[in-house]
Amino acid sequence: MAIYLIRRFVIMIATIFVIATLTFILMHSIPGNPFTTQDRSTSEAVQENLKAHYHLDEPMIVQYGIWLKSLATFDFGPSIKQPTETVNDLLGRGFPISAELGMWTITIALISGITLGVLAALKHNGIIDYIAMTLAVLGISIPNFILATLLIQQLAVNLQLLPAATWSSPMHMIMPIIALATGPTAIIARLTRSSMLEVLTQDYIKTARAKGLSPAKIVIKHALRNALMPVVTILGTLVAAILTGTFVIERIFAIPGMGKYFVESINNRDYPVIMGTTVFYSAFLIFMLFLVDIVYSILDPRIKLHKKGGS
Amino acid sequence: MEKILEIDDLHVHFSTYGGTVQAVRGVNLYLNKGETLAIVGESGSGKSVTSNSIMQLIPSPSGKIVRGSIRFKGKDLVQTSKKEMRAIRGVDISMIFQDPMTALNPTLTVGDQLTEGLKQHSSVSIGKAKEKAIEMLRLVGITNPESRLKQYPHQFSGGMRQRIVIAMALICEPDLLIADEPTTALDVTIQAQIMELFKEIQEKTGVSIILVTHDLGVVARVADRVAVMYGGKIIETGDKDDIFYRPQHPYTIGLLQSVPRLDMKEDILQPIEGTPPDLFAPPQGCPFTARCAHAMQVCANIHPATSYLSDSHQVECWLQDARAKRQPV
Repeated sequence: MAIYLIRRFVIMIATIFVIATLTFILMHSIPGNPFTTQDRSTSEAVQENLKAHYHLDEPMIVQYGIWLKSLATFDFGPSIKQPTETVNDLLGRGFPISAELGMWTITIALISGITLGVLAALKHNGIIDYIAMTLAVLGISIPNFILATLLIQQLAVNLQLLPAATWSSPMHMIMPIIALATGPTAIIARLTRSSMLEVLTQDYIKTARAKGLSPAKIVIKHALRNALMPVVTILGTLVAAILTGTFVIERIFAIPGMGKYFVESINNRDYPVIMGTTVFYSAFLIFMLFLVDIVYSILDPRIKLHKKGGS
Repeated sequence: MEKILEIDDLHVHFSTYGGTVQAVRGVNLYLNKGETLAIVGESGSGKSVTSNSIMQLIPSPSGKIVRGSIRFKGKDLVQTSKKEMRAIRGVDISMIFQDPMTALNPTLTVGDQLTEGLKQHSSVSIGKAKEKAIEMLRLVGITNPESRLKQYPHQFSGGMRQRIVIAMALICEPDLLIADEPTTALDVTIQAQIMELFKEIQEKTGVSIILVTHDLGVVARVADRVAVMYGGKIIETGDKDDIFYRPQHPYTIGLLQSVPRLDMKEDILQPIEGTPPDLFAPPQGCPFTARCAHAMQVCANIHPATSYLSDSHQVECWLQDARAKRQPV
């Protein structure tokens, strides 16, 4: 186990390094620099000074070296557009909000998705099944930004039940979470239903019934655990989808999360912020995938972490 | 002898998109206390459906017991409520399924699966349950049971897993054990070991066993009595010797002749020609008519009544009718 964790950690670092390098190359291969989009009033001399200040006049390899150093020390320096704040400040302010939104979303998607899926499977071809699966198809088909605007229109503007935007009280959180969680809920529900249906026909379920166990025990102890394997598998991808979903949703609901800085930094060519947010996001995602693998081995004893290959 | 189980006129139907399958069509069967009854027949003859009916484990809502009774120690299981049935399953009647590779839950430890039935039906302490599990594993011949309890099914071989499945079925000390093709998925040497185990356990615990199988070798080894099923009906029952040495129904004879034997002179097997009847629309008369070499006109139209050849030996065949011309079969 320890050997596995160490190996896994090394691979995670290597992956982040590759992502960081690719980001650096992509960012610099776009023509122009952070100062070309600024007001035309800045003189050539000022631009040169600014470039020198941010080491943008140095050769690429030196800039790459500086970038790696900042990566290793977790200090991405100040933002070019908002020089009063460092990238770390932005991340420190934006990430907790994004994380709060994301964690609520994934929690609610998991709970409601699994519940719907299990109910649909148990009442296979019954009314609950049809309702749940109709909802699931709708949930998968409607993009979250459409759902978000519909929710604002109905719940905030017409019925005036909920505040339309920002992130200041639990009431403010309801609509963004619904908008973001509906898609993943639908995916999880469908997946849970189909794998639950498969598991329920397995011989060990028959054995459990032959032992005289109660239906609840059969479902929870014997069926659900096996049925959740596919759900865990897509959880990694789902976390990524929710993460990118937050960019749009945060913008629609004017939530001051990380998404704002991420999108703006690319528009502004704000190099340090692009680098910081990209690496931070990828590190977060890689860590989530790692967690998924751990959960896997807990759910299914046949999966042995230390015996598995590197990836 | 005391009858522990009596099945009377059992009919089981399955509704499918293609129509209604009449899987079991009037089965009469009894089981004496402490004996082993083998139900033999080819695939689709209704033997597994019959055994699942005893446990009330017919897949619902598609399958349904439409007629008949199954009396276990005087209580009709067909009329028993779901809740009462759950209290009977595992405690009074246990079941072993065909494939030990899939009968155990891969995500739970063997110990957990062994003890959960016990915990469900009685208020034993965890320590007592564990003790009992160890005792059962020892009974079925698993070495180092203490450490084996913490292991998962994938850490055992097929034969070992079937032993665990048997231990699991016996842990609540049932009066009746139903084994649905318990050796079909195992290789021959393991088959023999498992059958020996069944005999041993019966000697030690006095459990009555219903053995569902299509393997006549297994039957010869352990059964006291044999019931031959065909087309959803029991066409011949008798003591093991009745069936093996004095078979009367042409199907039973055909079944015995289709088993390869070491002392056989010709190396040609005699299979029964044709295919089993379509149970969507079962024939009016004897289901074996289409494949029977001795078929008469009456066979196709009217199902023969039961002929009692001796106290133990019964057969449903027109050849046994008093009006049939005698000829050696």
